[in-house]
Amino acid sequence: MPKVSSKLAAAIKCSDEFNADACMHCGICTAVCPMGYEILPRKLFRYVQVGLEDKVKENISNIYSCLLCGMCSENCPAEVNIPENVRFLRKYLNEKEFNLS
Amino acid sequence: MPLPTKDILGILADNLNQRKSVLPMSAAKTTRWAKGLDLPKGGKTIIYTGHMYQLIPVIDAMAGQMAKLEDSPITKMFGLGRNVNKLVNMTFFMGLLASKAEQADYDRMLRNIAGLLKKAGVEFGYLYGEELYSGALVYDEGIDGSFAKHAQRVCDLFKKHGVTKVITVDPHTTHTLRTAYPQFVEGFDVEVKSYLEVLAESGMEPTSQLSDELALHDSCIYARHENMVEQPRELLGKAGVKLNEPDLCGKNTHCCGGPLESLFPTESHRIAGNRAEQLKETGSNVASMCPICLVSLRKAAKGSVQVNDISDTLAKAYGV
Ligand code: SF4
Ligand code: SF4
Repeated sequence: MPKVSSKLAAAIKCSDEFNADACMHCGICTAVCPMGYEILPRKLFRYVQVGLEDKVKENISNIYSCLLCGMCSENCPAEVNIPENVRFLRKYLNEKEFNLS
Repeated sequence: MPLPTKDILGILADNLNQRKSVLPMSAAKTTRWAKGLDLPKGGKTIIYTGHMYQLIPVIDAMAGQMAKLEDSPITKMFGLGRNVNKLVNMTFFMGLLASKAEQADYDRMLRNIAGLLKKAGVEFGYLYGEELYSGALVYDEGIDGSFAKHAQRVCDLFKKHGVTKVITVDPHTTHTLRTAYPQFVEGFDVEVKSYLEVLAESGMEPTSQLSDELALHDSCIYARHENMVEQPRELLGKAGVKLNEPDLCGKNTHCCGGPLESLFPTESHRIAGNRAEQLKETGSNVASMCPICLVSLRKAAKGSVQVNDISDTLAKAYGV
């Protein structure tokens, strides 16, 4: 049973950097992403929005594999700033997991 | 075992904190390109290399070593490496491995750029050994505390020299200074422009017409993050260069894979290979406008298609 983390959800709520609220989960971003990982970026945002911190941590290398190339956001109908959201997740993980800021 | 993300990020951050660069290099190496150009020191308007072109030969020497380490048991030693690196600048040794010919090649590109700016009638200085790396990689990896401190250092340097306008030479430095710094440094009001924007605005005219056919590889950062698509096309078009665009170009350009080189070399090479194939389909030689794109694509193409810096073509056309 995946655990929902209130810490992650809270961090996201107080951040103006993570904003995927407008996402309607159409999947265009994943279809155009050159990495071709199922999780990047739509599914990852879903995990974050519902606070599935374990799922986010399981996928650390995928989060650091994003090229921040912006192919996804360029084609996103909801204009979600996807690279900035990925950067926020790295910042969160750097601080919480790697003790790095 | 993949390369250890935590330890590599730690080394990058430690270097930026302690040595003001992710891969510290000697001033002799970062300023060698400007020898004999008589650029004034400092000034209101300066050229800002952010060390990117100069770093490529060093990164290249290092990447060869890192790719060997991926999937090798030595990756366990990276934590130890981070501790050693705090005491000894490990990049210094990588710098010694950098190829002389490659260094001369990248230095020439910077000289092209300075020459083009002069031809366009732009007056500018250079900070020489005082110039700092922009912090781009640390920003991308989300190490925001270290990045904020560094951005402040660069801002203080600009203040000290009375700099009001910065002309950048690569997309990473352009994006970091223009888009990231204002979010991290209060009141950052230095104007930041890429040399390609400055040249296009200057209305400079070519001195010769070229018959070259080129495929332009747009950098993701210039095209999508900094909205710079038309300027290089305008400069090449004026000089008679025929552009054979790949399917994915302009705002829909495909990444060169370079951003993953330090953490995931194998994945980086896979993406670069895909992009090299797309460019090859145009049947033309390739011009890139970023040193990271350049080195990634050159390695991926393995000579099957020529990849050069756009400044080489522009220098030829505009009489540098
Ligand atoms: S393209 Fe935009 S709206 Fe569609 S899933 Fe991706 S982030 Fe959400
Ligand atoms: S920015 Fe990241 S998630 Fe978006 S297309 Fe590029 S690699 Fe994929």
